[in-house]
Amino acid sequence: MAIPLSYNLRNLVVRRTTTLMTALGIALTVAVLLAVLALVNGLRVTLATSGDPRHVLVTRKGASSELTSLVTRSQFQDLKFKPGIASGGDGQPLASLELISIISLEAEGSGTGDNVTIRGLMPAGIVMRHNVRIIAGRWFRQGVNEAVVGKSLSDQYPAARIGKKLRMGRADWEIVGVMDAGRGAQQSEIWGDLNQVSADWNRIQYLSSALVEAPDAATAKALVNSIADDTRLDVGAELETDYFARQTQFAEPIEYTGIFVAIIMAIGSSFAAMNTMYAAVARRAREIGTLRVLGFSKLSILTSFWVESVLLAGMGGVIGCLLVLLVNGRTTSIGANFSQLTFAFHVTPLSMVAGVVFAIALGSVGGLFPAAAAARKEILSALREI
Amino acid sequence: MRFLPLILRNSWRNRRRTLLTIASIGVSMCLLGVMIAMYSAFWLAKPKDNQALRLVVRNRVSLAVFLPIAYRQQIERIPGVRLAMVDTWFGGQYKDAREARNNFPRFSVEPEKLFPLFAEWTIPEDQKQAFIQERTACVIGRDLANAFNFHLGDRIPIQGDIFPGNFEFTVRGIFEAPANSDVMYFNKEYIAQAMPERRRGEVDTFYVLIDDPQHSAAIADAIDAQFRNSTSPTKTESEQAFVIGFLSMLGNVRMFLVWISAAVMFTILLVSANTMAMSVRERVREVGVLKTLGFTEGTILGLILGEAVAISVAGGAIGYLISTVLLKGVERSPMGGFLPALRVFDPLIAAVCILLAGLIGLVSSLVPAMGASRAPIVEALRSTD
Repeated sequence: MAIPLSYNLRNLVVRRTTTLMTALGIALTVAVLLAVLALVNGLRVTLATSGDPRHVLVTRKGASSELTSLVTRSQFQDLKFKPGIASGGDGQPLASLELISIISLEAEGSGTGDNVTIRGLMPAGIVMRHNVRIIAGRWFRQGVNEAVVGKSLSDQYPAARIGKKLRMGRADWEIVGVMDAGRGAQQSEIWGDLNQVSADWNRIQYLSSALVEAPDAATAKALVNSIADDTRLDVGAELETDYFARQTQFAEPIEYTGIFVAIIMAIGSSFAAMNTMYAAVARRAREIGTLRVLGFSKLSILTSFWVESVLLAGMGGVIGCLLVLLVNGRTTSIGANFSQLTFAFHVTPLSMVAGVVFAIALGSVGGLFPAAAAARKEILSALREI
Repeated sequence: MRFLPLILRNSWRNRRRTLLTIASIGVSMCLLGVMIAMYSAFWLAKPKDNQALRLVVRNRVSLAVFLPIAYRQQIERIPGVRLAMVDTWFGGQYKDAREARNNFPRFSVEPEKLFPLFAEWTIPEDQKQAFIQERTACVIGRDLANAFNFHLGDRIPIQGDIFPGNFEFTVRGIFEAPANSDVMYFNKEYIAQAMPERRRGEVDTFYVLIDDPQHSAAIADAIDAQFRNSTSPTKTESEQAFVIGFLSMLGNVRMFLVWISAAVMFTILLVSANTMAMSVRERVREVGVLKTLGFTEGTILGLILGEAVAISVAGGAIGYLISTVLLKGVERSPMGGFLPALRVFDPLIAAVCILLAGLIGLVSSLVPAMGASRAPIVEALRSTD
């Protein structure tokens, strides 16, 4: 017969200081793990909402990112008229040749510069980004050194506010508008007219990438194949959504470091949980003896103490989940492709469940030995202990 | 001090608990040790001798904007500058760039200046000469050679992107470096040949060797002053600052370190406090006996605090030792090349770790120790807990 769960619960309550301290230790471990998962998750959400399933990104064959890609103007002329590309309102194909580079901006209160993406694009490029809209000021004009900045950049960097002048390649650029891209990566970019940007960077012929739009998501896949298989064009192509999904690799070092730290902390916490449970067993020797006299088997004793340890750890896991909610939604930035990408911590219910499971795993390992010690006690000597 | 044997015997009484506590603190402390070492290497440590002699000059706008090569002569004329070397991030593609390990860093440089500049690297003299003389030669670090099983004479094909073209480099030298050396250097002339006229003078950074670390800041200012009103203003920093700036692109490393350290410290505090609370509770009657024998409140307080400190110092020392092993791993990891001078055994960091552990032990046991030392004798003796 099993010992009622309320016995364990009441024991945890009676020793509340010890219970709380052990649980808090476990909670911190879980919170570290969840914070790192939330960071990586936030990045994933941002990248997932950045791409449009109808968009095809054209880069140099084998390029790992837009920044290291290379597409020439003549390649673009051939690309633009490929069948399968949707037309815009003006009858022209929805295709934008783009140049991507980085400039260094100084954040408020820090003396060091952060790298920020600057993108030169064609008018079609703006039309195609349906998720991006101007929330202050206006779009840049063609043929002038004017730029529009993403909202999170203008929030973060005083030098990137409307009316300010930014020094880019060789010239000064006036910021005329702020754009909002929701959670998209464009939120951390600066946009300008392609011809102006490429002239400023001295890269008139050699640009970075091209973005084209298919009529719908189903034909986009076919467009990818037809561009990638075109030997005359000699470029690489992939769905924009796939491209952004690939960028999550930049969070990998942080993810691995965080998980490593959490595992080491978990080892430390499971020792602590073991300690607490050994003390619980030692203090309740007489109780254990009594339970045995009442007819509870060794197995029920083992289960009962093990369950108590799991309960203790589970409680820590829940507190850890609550702690991590404090960082949920906070914005942070990470370097991806040599430039800053701003996004928010995103705690998901699934990761919280994972956190509690992690805590329970930790508690069950830590509780096993003390529970076994409790079960092994001889009835008589247990009753005699004080 | 007279009571040290008593403190040690007390802490050794419940061996299992003490060992578990030491293990728990030790494991957490090893994390803290790594964090402290990294933090100090980044923001507190003085650069190693050779590194302190190097400055990096880049375009003020960003690393992606080039400087004209003509700046080299002007920089070399500034007093205190021994030499200035062109060092340009080549980028490019080796095999499939989507596989992360193929994206090892590649730089085009001036071969005759590379080894005088990085004096801590060693390479056989004949290999160095071959690298200087042969235009299509490259040198690679030992780690890169091991990772890809490259040997002298092997050809490494790289497709340029920032500098378009197909290049093939012959491995003429393999150098040894104290830190991670997952890197490749080749002659900038080979690249320049393939560039159109107007792109031949494009330089990413100048690595500058100076004569005296003391003058580092003044020389950096002098270089920036020289180009302040030109079309391409520069930003000159010590190599250490440059590396930290590069690393900060990976995210807010400093905040990451501080927050995790805080969480780890707080966990240690909880573990230690819990242990001491448990061991004090078991000994309330003993405290009564000690008081009856004439021990003062202060002595009893000291005994309990001493026990906590002894346990956590032991944990701290063990943790520090484990952290040195971890650090060795960090240094050899691919990230190691970016890290500044990391000292694997640093007596100062060891002292900080152990002191910190002791301090945490002291703080954590304050409450139970005060409670026990203040308990009235009669009540303490009556306790059956």
